[in-house]
Amino acid sequence: MTRYSIFSLARNALAHRPNWQRAWRSPDPRPAYDVVIVGGGGHGLATAYYLAKEHGVSNIAVLEKGWLGGGNTGRNTTVIRSNYLWDESAHLYEKALQLYEGLSQELNFNIMLSQRGVLNLVHNEHELKEMSRRVRAIRLNGIDSEILDRQAVKAEIPVINISPQVRYPILGASIQRRGGVARHDAVAWGFARAADARGVDIVQNCEVTGIDVANGRVRGLQTSRGAIAAKQVGLVAAGHSSLLAAMAGLRLPIESHPLQAMVSEPIKPVLDCVVMSNAVHVYLSQSDKGELVIGAGIDGYNSYAQRGSFQIIESQMGALLELFPSFSRLRMLRQWGGIVDVCPDASPIVGKTPVEGLYINCGWGTGGFKATPGSGWAFAHTIAQDRPHALNAPFTLERFSTGALIDEHGAAAVAH
Amino acid sequence: MLLIACPWCGQRDESEFTCGGEAHIQRPPDPDALSDPEWADYLFMRANPKGRHRERWCHTHGCGRWFNVERHTVTHDVLSVYRMGEAPPDDRDGDPS
Repeated sequence: MTRYSIFSLARNALAHRPNWQRAWRSPDPRPAYDVVIVGGGGHGLATAYYLAKEHGVSNIAVLEKGWLGGGNTGRNTTVIRSNYLWDESAHLYEKALQLYEGLSQELNFNIMLSQRGVLNLVHNEHELKEMSRRVRAIRLNGIDSEILDRQAVKAEIPVINISPQVRYPILGASIQRRGGVARHDAVAWGFARAADARGVDIVQNCEVTGIDVANGRVRGLQTSRGAIAAKQVGLVAAGHSSLLAAMAGLRLPIESHPLQAMVSEPIKPVLDCVVMSNAVHVYLSQSDKGELVIGAGIDGYNSYAQRGSFQIIESQMGALLELFPSFSRLRMLRQWGGIVDVCPDASPIVGKTPVEGLYINCGWGTGGFKATPGSGWAFAHTIAQDRPHALNAPFTLERFSTGALIDEHGAAAVAH
Repeated sequence: MLLIACPWCGQRDESEFTCGGEAHIQRPPDPDALSDPEWADYLFMRANPKGRHRERWCHTHGCGRWFNVERHTVTHDVLSVYRMGEAPPDDRDGDPS
């Protein structure tokens, strides 16, 4: 693999024929692997990378039914933060954020991490008290978080409307200054390139159609490109997790919902942080191209269609204009949907399954992108050691039987 | 946006309704007799099919009544609507899946 550097850039810029290499191979699947990861999104690719790097496993394949990062990895609003209330979530998301902070150097791939700060707005007295509690809990976990009053919010975001004469007046905000955004495609591509360099086979257009289980142990997979034997299998398929788990006879506490997002036409720099509001329910940031990237909540019904209903977009726009009346003349450029896997407690499942050698990483719902490296790091440990790391030990499938739920609904600073 | 035929009010926009998730989940007659995994299965585990899905909907901003809808989770077609307590229609003509 050619290292990307200022010299390789200059060499190729000046060359008559630029000699950029393919970032990763496109091998045919071999008949057998030690570990097969199902799902070539950010989480799956990160798992393969950390398995190879941290645990010395080299005989790995990542199977992707479409193209790399074509699912939720390329459909989210790219927000990264770790300001979670509960200790279990805070530790896991903070691990992810710390990995993100060194990821461009580690992967030798610019993921365009921009720690521009994430503001969570507060619109009423109750939220103010809740936010104050949350900020203190987050700081006790060693994660940066501050409280801003109304005027400080205006100073951070001059374009925001802080008039008290609106239905949801802004009373303040919490801010995590280390939060921000990253280029989501680059995260997938960077992990893919780095994993490939360590010998991981990344197989695209390869759909898993069956999971072979014998005597309670996983033996391999049936795929659209033939049977593949595997000693260990990790399922990292987000919205389609229930379908994959059913192939191994498992039921999951997951429902798949559409989550819609959109971007506006590009405008000059107007917003240099990420703004989220729970009460009016919208979140937005401005991309480097100048487009406003806007997201909100899930559609209420189950779906696998990667599209949702129009009234969700309408309420999202209403919320946006409540905060930023000056955006009313903006035109929206594109709108899309992804299929998110929602758990009853809005926390992920990262761990073992009742089938030996079969591991599952799913249920990230609306918040998966920010966790990508941490999720892959912890899941790689779980597969390599056949037991969870302390970071993901609370996020078992068994918690739904034991009752040790990690209830992040509402606690996670934004509704799901 | 979906068009849903409320059994009492007729065709209305989806925005008048609330989706209540998977239908026909029976509360176990004797919860004390269940093991923890069996109770978890009743409380949390869901079919989440890709295709036909039977679910409960409530006409929140209309008559306020609950009813069942059979809907396709890829095409979003509303295949049938039937009242609470009624058996799901067995008509399977024109399977869109």
